[in-house]
Amino acid sequence: MNAQLNRRSLLGLGASLGIGVTFLGGQAFAASEGDLAKKKLVVVICRGGMDGLSVSPPVGDPNYAALRGSIAMKPDEVLKLDGTFGLHPELSTVHALALKGEARIAPAIASPDRARSHFEAQDVLETGASGVYGADTGWLNRTLEVLAPIRPVEGLSVGGTAPLILRGKVQAASWSPGKGVDESARLPALLQDLYKTDPLLGPAFASGLETEAMAQRAMTAMAPAPGMNMAAGPKRRDDETARKLGSTLGGFMVQPGGPQIAVISLDGFDTHAGQPSLIATRLSYLDTVLDGLHTGLGAEWKNTVVIAVTEFGRTARVNGTGGTDHGTASTGLILGGALKPGGIVGDWPGLAQSALFENRDTAPTLDMRSLFKGVLTEHMGVDRAILETKVFPDSKTAKPLIGLA
Amino acid sequence: MGNVTSSRKGERLLSLPSKDMMAAIAVTRFGLGARPGEIEAAQADPKGFLTAQIRREGADLPQDGGETSAQRFDQMRQVQQLRKMARDRRDGQGDQAAKDPAVQDAQRMLRDKVGADFLARARLATNTDAAFRERWALFWANHFTVSATKEVTSVLIDPFEREAIRPYVFSSFENLLVASSTHPAMLTYLDQAPSIGPNSQAAGSAARRGNGKAGLNENLAREILELHTVGVDAGYSQADVTEFARALTGFSIGRDNEDRAGQFVFREAAHEPGARTIMGRHYGRQGMKQGLAVLSDLAADPHTARHVCGKIARHFVSDAPPPSLTERLERRWMQTGGDLAKVAQALIESPEAWDPTPAKFKTPYEYTLSTWRLIGAEPSAIERLAPILTGLGQKPFSAPSPKGWAEDAQTWAAPDALIKRMQWAQGFAAVVADRTDPNALAAEALGARLTPAVAKAVSRAETRREAFALLLMSPEFQRR
Repeated sequence: MNAQLNRRSLLGLGASLGIGVTFLGGQAFAASEGDLAKKKLVVVICRGGMDGLSVSPPVGDPNYAALRGSIAMKPDEVLKLDGTFGLHPELSTVHALALKGEARIAPAIASPDRARSHFEAQDVLETGASGVYGADTGWLNRTLEVLAPIRPVEGLSVGGTAPLILRGKVQAASWSPGKGVDESARLPALLQDLYKTDPLLGPAFASGLETEAMAQRAMTAMAPAPGMNMAAGPKRRDDETARKLGSTLGGFMVQPGGPQIAVISLDGFDTHAGQPSLIATRLSYLDTVLDGLHTGLGAEWKNTVVIAVTEFGRTARVNGTGGTDHGTASTGLILGGALKPGGIVGDWPGLAQSALFENRDTAPTLDMRSLFKGVLTEHMGVDRAILETKVFPDSKTAKPLIGLA
Repeated sequence: MGNVTSSRKGERLLSLPSKDMMAAIAVTRFGLGARPGEIEAAQADPKGFLTAQIRREGADLPQDGGETSAQRFDQMRQVQQLRKMARDRRDGQGDQAAKDPAVQDAQRMLRDKVGADFLARARLATNTDAAFRERWALFWANHFTVSATKEVTSVLIDPFEREAIRPYVFSSFENLLVASSTHPAMLTYLDQAPSIGPNSQAAGSAARRGNGKAGLNENLAREILELHTVGVDAGYSQADVTEFARALTGFSIGRDNEDRAGQFVFREAAHEPGARTIMGRHYGRQGMKQGLAVLSDLAADPHTARHVCGKIARHFVSDAPPPSLTERLERRWMQTGGDLAKVAQALIESPEAWDPTPAKFKTPYEYTLSTWRLIGAEPSAIERLAPILTGLGQKPFSAPSPKGWAEDAQTWAAPDALIKRMQWAQGFAAVVADRTDPNALAAEALGARLTPAVAKAVSRAETRREAFALLLMSPEFQRR
């Protein structure tokens, strides 16, 4: 069934999000444990304040072209989604999925806090708190924590450092491309012994060894398969890196005992000047990662939801240097074979001057916690009550979005 | 200077550890890891060993080509010219222009320069006898981050550190702030150079030329407030950011045909006219002095003392430092008008900084440099250093954002990073360990911080290589 997610909401005023769907009760349709054990969630954090009006340009909005001036895209330059929105031309994978009903946009999504500092806003996105400094653990780690007694779920972050969203009581794995571990060396065992009483290094090192063993299996199990867009040839220099990142992560997730929850961070979205070329490069990278992930997951794509979000959007008007400054709402991407087809997620406030937040930014109509909560409850089977108390305390104003998966 | 702090009611009395332990801490925590004999050299007077490294003329300069930011700007512009010529030749096909051999050679030359810059900086850190001074400089370079995430800034980072950071790290904070905020690298990195006031003369001429794009950019103003000075909790508003951005209009860089090409210039014509109010303080019409007056007030603001001293305490002592330490640094800062030499002295005098429990997990840069220091060697080529730093998440000169590199253990002690450190330690051991005495090395590296568990593991290892890798991977060597 296809949720109608288009009733007016007044998030900024703290009113609750009105979503017109029949409420089906907690787990009335809960899939069996066996099915839940197959469900996968990937969160892509686009750091730097990704410009939603470039991700999904509202070329059909009467005010778009004037606000964007020199950096506005023309209707025939974008990949058409509907009468209002297109996708950035670099997002060809996302567009191909959208045509199959496996990708949707949330064009005015924001965190509940109005910080315009990258670092505070990223903290809010990752802690899932209602404001800055509201929590010191990440909401995905708390998800692992509440699922542990029911069915232990593995979490994995891709990259050299552990992002806040996966930090907390549960040891999550981290991985980045590199060379393998020499299985024959005694050193790993000696080090595990040396770290026995070290609360930081002990668990982290053990997790690293496990992931490394899994990576070896993931790499040998799959030869690099061409992605959907390979026919067109590589788009950019970083293409192969991005594709491999995505496909290896997919390879991880399909292994028995592999992670069901994963996080990738992409940075470089802070486009204060010369935005068109910068954002094209970053969106191409994002699209290629998603293409690789889609390939790497193979048949398991049908059990997967991918969310790509950013800490805040950017100003609706172009600034004096061909870029945009820190804003409020942006576009979130929701993809996956487990996604229900449908139109945009949340309301589109439009770009009329009276509709802009502080006469500056795309106004927020959807609290990103509603999206996170909806996906966790419907797709990952997290109990509604636990979601409210443990994973997203203090989120009453952000009702879970129902009808996505 | 007794070894017990006066205590307020209910506060734990802090005493200093033994001289042996202090010598090990001076070299590994305040410094960059022990070089052979260094802990011994600090033994007689550990605090004096550090105090002697503070000097008014600032930090040391890396031994590199010493090219100025103006020279680097010029080279960058030549590359851009070559690209344009290649594009024109190839009829605007941008992708083809990048493949032009002349363009590729020029780009490679610049990339090699950046590599050489980083190598020279790393060699300074591995060879210096004044490692506390170098750590202090690295702290400020990270506080005022300029990152290679833009091609044009990559070639300017070394000149930025040599021209705007290193000379001022023991000067007043205001001097350092002004040097950073007026340096071409920072003006480029945070998009300040092209920012013009909407009601300035330049905006008028741009409009007449049909260039409606030209206008205000608030990036530098915001980051100065949020990151460099008062911090995000100081209660400034969006209006303060915008007003400050207007005050900074005109802070720019000389163009090719001007006498200050590639250097700081103030463009009166780009400056937004009028008086302004920023964080409740009023600034009259005074052109360039307006922006400088704001910087001066920000430097003197108590929020700045609190924010920056908190960062110093977190960098040197612990991810969650005792409030008493931060408060002491703050008091010294406010008493001395932000005299950074005096603040460094206050850090050395703080008993909290000598807590024997090592609470700081080394960043990849600190970790790799301390390894080279331990064997009294230096990285021979950028290719020996860049891949490991990139693999561990600290790609040379490429902090992910203007906030700079993270300082906390949680960030750097990720599972994958530990595996990569182990692989690197094994690789390093394979090259150098056969020429070492691992037991002696363990004592050299950690002094009184060497625990029985690590000493035993090293002494029982099967091979020198295994012993060496164990030492590098020990909890004590990875912390400071």
